[in-house]
Amino acid sequence: MPANTNTHRSTGLHVGEIRPGVAKVDPIIIADNVSRSFGGLKAVDVDHVEIPRNAITALIGPNGAGKTTFFNLLTGFDKPDTGTWSFDGKSLAGVPAFKASRMGQVRTFQLTKSLAMLTVLENMKLGAKDQKGENFWVSMLPWLWRKQDEDIEERALKLLERFKLDTKKDDFAASLSGGQRKLLEMARALMSEPTLVMLDEPMAGVNPALTQSLLDHILGLKEDGMTVLFVEHDMHMVRHISDWVIVMAEGRIVAEGPPDEVMKNPAVIDAYLGSHLDTDLGVVTGRISLPDVKEKKK
Amino acid sequence: MSDKEALPLVVEVDDLTAGYLPGVNILNSCSLTARQGELIGIIGPNGAGKSTLLKAIFGQVKIRGGHIRLNGEDITGLKANKLVARGVGYVPQNNNVFPSLTIEENLQMGLFQNPKVYTERLEFVSGIFPELSPRLKQRAGSLSGGERQMVAMSRALMMDPHVLLLDEPSAGLSPVRQDEAFIRVSDINRAGVTTIMVEQNARRCLQLCDRAYVLDQGKDAYTGTGRDLMNDPKVISLYLGTLGADAA
Repeated sequence: MPANTNTHRSTGLHVGEIRPGVAKVDPIIIADNVSRSFGGLKAVDVDHVEIPRNAITALIGPNGAGKTTFFNLLTGFDKPDTGTWSFDGKSLAGVPAFKASRMGQVRTFQLTKSLAMLTVLENMKLGAKDQKGENFWVSMLPWLWRKQDEDIEERALKLLERFKLDTKKDDFAASLSGGQRKLLEMARALMSEPTLVMLDEPMAGVNPALTQSLLDHILGLKEDGMTVLFVEHDMHMVRHISDWVIVMAEGRIVAEGPPDEVMKNPAVIDAYLGSHLDTDLGVVTGRISLPDVKEKKK
Repeated sequence: MSDKEALPLVVEVDDLTAGYLPGVNILNSCSLTARQGELIGIIGPNGAGKSTLLKAIFGQVKIRGGHIRLNGEDITGLKANKLVARGVGYVPQNNNVFPSLTIEENLQMGLFQNPKVYTERLEFVSGIFPELSPRLKQRAGSLSGGERQMVAMSRALMMDPHVLLLDEPSAGLSPVRQDEAFIRVSDINRAGVTTIMVEQNARRCLQLCDRAYVLDQGKDAYTGTGRDLMNDPKVISLYLGTLGADAA
């Protein structure tokens, strides 16, 4: 794919000409030469990429482009063959996932990982950081942690309400539907009050109307100073909330830029978006004729 | 679509009540019909019971009340293997391939009740998913999400079903692959397979299907042609949202 070399508009996020791997004004993540192979397949081969701070960045690309693998590497869930990267100025190479999360970098998963035999509320409360009751001796003395526990519960309930899970709070996570588990995982990630939230296909399987209200919530996170990096295939969502879009294909960063410009890139349309993005599939497949659609629109 | 109204009913779901945990019903007197050759869409909020409805039709959930009929015959509570033999195919949402088996073995699994027609069916399936045929010896576990979806759909098609139940065929696919998947669902349906499809990509689903049902809290709340639902203000505000409305 050719590089996206549009320089006309400034987003205030990047420095210099827009191209894959462009430097950012205030990067929160800087990754260099990160690579990971599975057998003969080079799943991730990123020369250089920077994620802008206090912005919403979308990571898009075809299936099998290495987006989730790259997520796994950045968050310490997988070890790269080569490479270094830093989060908030501190090197994260070799730092295990739980430490990365304590440093303020949390993530969600494409295939959800909720604790099935705990209730929804218990799942949420586990997400909170620095709980006094985690200490063995302190846990014996309830008055030392009760106040904090109540605060955590209150915060959890507020988030659950926002994610439309409040009526499910006492149900086992196992009883939730696929979309609801996705929501629970996102809400749980926010319990740790992170600096950087990394969401792996947050809206896959979530119904469109709820998606829309959650998008507003994500925009709110940015206003609170959080940085969001997400993988997503829903282009309406990408267009609606992201400030910056990074395109991966075959393990490499092939294009980046503001959403509107990236979506005009012919190579991106060809390999990823497809030519039907904004057309009616009923028409494409010939199930419905064009005049029908026009009539309905009136 | 009006031209399908006179055709015989293939699937009838009547007042169905079903659930997993004791005392908790996921489906609450839910009804649905599908006529021969129709493409039926099921959309609805998270936890509405869409996947459960498909599972109930396919004999994967204990049914507590109501009836399911296939070609007029009562199939309520019939086990999945019996349904497959009667021409019902089902593609689940997740974990829908055997990862340690090759693509070919996965396809053979779909046909274990009638292995003699393998070559013939393989030809039909290869017509719809041409990219699979050169890779038959590859392990299904090494495939990407989109490719797995293709294998799962092919496996369901091996038994030559006349009813196909699809649970989110577009989940996890990139936009161009989603469109391809939808176009293929449309092709399969046009080959005469009555198709019931649960989808979270509601707009795409409504664009394609002849009729659709909006499920809410285990009940069929709205039904109509895809086009009517797409423009129904209530369905939009409760379920579709306005994001991407301009695209449709």
